[in-house]
Amino acid sequence: MSAPAPSNRSWYKRNEIAVTPWLFLIPGIAFFALYVIMPIFQSFWISFHEWDGLGEKTYVGTAHYERLFGIGDQNMDRKFETSFWNNLKWLVLYLLAIPMGLFIALFLNQTVRGIRIYKSLFFFPFVISQVVVGLVFSWFYLPREGLLNAVLGFFNLGSINILGDPTLATYGIIAAGLWPQTAYCMILYLTGLNAVDPEQVEAARLDGAKGWKMLWYVILPQLKPATFIAFVVTIIGALRSFDLISIMTNGGPFGSTRVLSFYMFEESLSEFGFRMGYGSAIATVLFFIMLGFIVYFLYSMWRDEKEAR
Amino acid sequence: MRSIIKASVATLAATTILAGAAFADSHGMKLSGELNITSDMSNPAPRAVMEGLAAQFDEMHPDLTVNLTIVDREAWKTQIRNSLSANAPDVVNWYAANRMGPYVNAGLFEDVSDVWADEALAGLASTKGAMTIDGKQWGVPYTYYQWGIYYREDIFKELGLSEPTTFDEEMTNCQVILDSGRKCYTIGSKFLWTAGGWFDYMNMRTNGFDFHMQLAQGEVEWTDERVRETFANWRKLIDMGAFIDDHQNYSWQEALPFMLKGEATAYLMGNFAVAPMREGGLTDDQLGFYQFPLIADVAQGEDAPTDTFHIPSGASNKDAAKAFLKFVVSPDVQSDINGGDKLGQLPVNANSTVADDKFIKKGFDMLSNNATGGVAQFFDRDFPAEMASAGMEGLQEFMVFPDNLDDILARLEETRARVYK
Repeated sequence: MSAPAPSNRSWYKRNEIAVTPWLFLIPGIAFFALYVIMPIFQSFWISFHEWDGLGEKTYVGTAHYERLFGIGDQNMDRKFETSFWNNLKWLVLYLLAIPMGLFIALFLNQTVRGIRIYKSLFFFPFVISQVVVGLVFSWFYLPREGLLNAVLGFFNLGSINILGDPTLATYGIIAAGLWPQTAYCMILYLTGLNAVDPEQVEAARLDGAKGWKMLWYVILPQLKPATFIAFVVTIIGALRSFDLISIMTNGGPFGSTRVLSFYMFEESLSEFGFRMGYGSAIATVLFFIMLGFIVYFLYSMWRDEKEAR
Repeated sequence: MRSIIKASVATLAATTILAGAAFADSHGMKLSGELNITSDMSNPAPRAVMEGLAAQFDEMHPDLTVNLTIVDREAWKTQIRNSLSANAPDVVNWYAANRMGPYVNAGLFEDVSDVWADEALAGLASTKGAMTIDGKQWGVPYTYYQWGIYYREDIFKELGLSEPTTFDEEMTNCQVILDSGRKCYTIGSKFLWTAGGWFDYMNMRTNGFDFHMQLAQGEVEWTDERVRETFANWRKLIDMGAFIDDHQNYSWQEALPFMLKGEATAYLMGNFAVAPMREGGLTDDQLGFYQFPLIADVAQGEDAPTDTFHIPSGASNKDAAKAFLKFVVSPDVQSDINGGDKLGQLPVNANSTVADDKFIKKGFDMLSNNATGGVAQFFDRDFPAEMASAGMEGLQEFMVFPDNLDDILARLEETRARVYK
C-alpha cells in the first residue's frame, strides 16, 4: 500500500483549477487597471488641483467642488446647473426611444415580401455616424432654408428657429438623438421577438387574449431581457451625449445646450479650456452619477442570474 | 516630403528666390541637419505660401533638410500643447500677445530676443510689443490684417449713402438700409468670436483703447458704468434690427451669403473675409471698406491680429530655426508672402512693399495713420482664455436678448473676480 506522494505534484498542478482562470484574466485585468481604473483615480486626484496641463499642479483642496455646488459665499456654477438639468432632460426624454423602438419592432415583425429591406432601412440611422445625424438635423432645423420650416410655412404656421432658441435647442438635439437610438432599441426588440414562444402566444389566443392585453401580459414579459438591455444602452447613451451637441450647437446658444460631458470637455480640452482641475471635478461628478446607474444595473443582473440558477 | 518641396520650387516666382538667396548670402551661415516645421497654415492660400517658404529655405541651404508638417488650423489650437512638450518640432505657428502667455510661462517657447537684436529686424518695431512678455521676445510675426467694415458699395450708391465717419451717420445710413428692406450687418455668432469683434470696436470707440486694455487686464469691473455705456451704444443698433436674424445659428462663413445676395449690406470682419467674398462673385467695385466710425471723442484703436512663428524650447536645431525666423521677416520675403496673390495681408516689416490691392492698401493706411489709440490683437487674444470664453458667450446672449444685460454683466464680473488673481 503506497500513499500518493504529494511532493510529486507541483504547486501549480495542485491549484490548477483555482489559478488558471486568473492567469487567463491577467492581461485583461492589467490593461483594464492601466487604462480605466488608474485614470479614474488620477482624475479624482487632479480635481483637487489647479492645473493647466503644462506647468506645476497647485493643490486647492475641494475648492473646485465648492465652486461647482456653490458652497460658501458663492453662487452655484450656473453652467454646471444648466448642464445638470440638461442631462436630466436627456435621461428622461431619451427613454422614449424604448417604446418607439418596441412599436416599430412589433410593426416590422411580420413576414411580407421585402421585409428585410424595410428592417435595414429602419436600422439605417443607427449605422451612420452621429456626426452625420447631427449635420442632417441641423440642416433640417435651419431657420430659413430648413425643411422643417418649409413644411411649417406650407401650412402657414410661421417659422421656428429651434437650435437658436435657448428654450428649445436641447429638445431639438434630443429629437435628433432619438432617431438613431430608436433604431437601436428596435433591433434589440426584433431579436427579442424572435425568441417569443409561439406556443404561449397560441395558448393566450385560445384564452381570448388579443391586442393590448396580449402585448402587456404575454409578449412584454417575454421581452424583459431585451427591455433591460435597451434601458441600459439608452441611459448610458443619454449620459454620454456629446457628439450631437458639439456638431449641432457647440453648446450654444449661450451655453443653453451644454451637458456635463460637454462642459467637462470645454473646461479641460477645448480652445479656451485647459483648466484640468475644474474639468476633472466635473468628470468626477458625472462619474458618480453614472456609477449610480451602473451599480443598479449590475445589481439587477446579478439578482436575475441568481434567480436563474 | 522633400521631393514634394523640391518639385514645388519650380513654381516659385524667380524674383523671390533671388531675393532670398541674396539674404542668405549676406549672413553666410552654414546650416545643416534637419529643420522640422509644424505649421497651422492649412487653408489653401496660406498652405501654398508655407510650402513655398519651406522649399525656398531648403533650396538656400543645401546641407539642410526642411521637413514641413501642416496641421489643420482649428485642430492646432489644442494640439500645440502635446506637440510642444513631446518631440517638439523646431518651428511652430501661433498667435501674439496673451495667447502665447501660457507657453511662455510654462517655458515651452524659446526666448528669441537675440534674433530681435539683429539690426535687420529694425523694421519690425511696430509689432515688437505684441511679441514681448517680461521684456523678452518669444517669436516673430509673419503677417497681420486689419479689421473694419466691409460693405456693398453698389447698394450704398443705389441708396445714395456715403461711408459714415460718425456713429450718428452710421445709424442714419442703417435706417435707410432697413427701410429698403435689407439688414445693415451680417454676422454669424455660432462660434462666438465674431461678437467679440463688435464688442472690441464698440468699447474702443466709446471708451478708448486704453480703457479696453484695462478691461482686458481685469482692472475694470464689468459692471462699471462705462462698460454699460458701450453696451447701450451697441443696443441702439440691435434695437433698430440692424443685424440679421438668427445669427446665433451661423458660422462666419455661413453668414457670407447674406452679404453676397445683398440681403445685408455690411460685415464687420477681418481682411480674410475679402477672399471668399471675391470668390462669391463680388467685384472690387461692389465691395468697399471703411474704418469703424467714431462714437466718442477718443483716439481710434484698431483690431489687427498678428500671426506668428515660434521656436519651441525643446527644438533640436535652434540655429536653423532662428535663421528661418530671420528669413521669414526679411523685407523681400514679407513683401512676397503677403502679396495680393498669396496671403493678401499686411507685411510686418516696415521696409516691405504693400501689395497693390484695394483693401490691403486701405488697411495699411488706416493702421499706419489712423490708429493713434493703439492696435489690439482681438477679444479672444487680449483677454485671458477663461474670461474670453465666458465673455464671448455673454456677448452672443446680449446680441439676441439685450434685456438680459444685467444678468450677463453680473456673471462676467463674477468670472473676472475669479480669473484675475
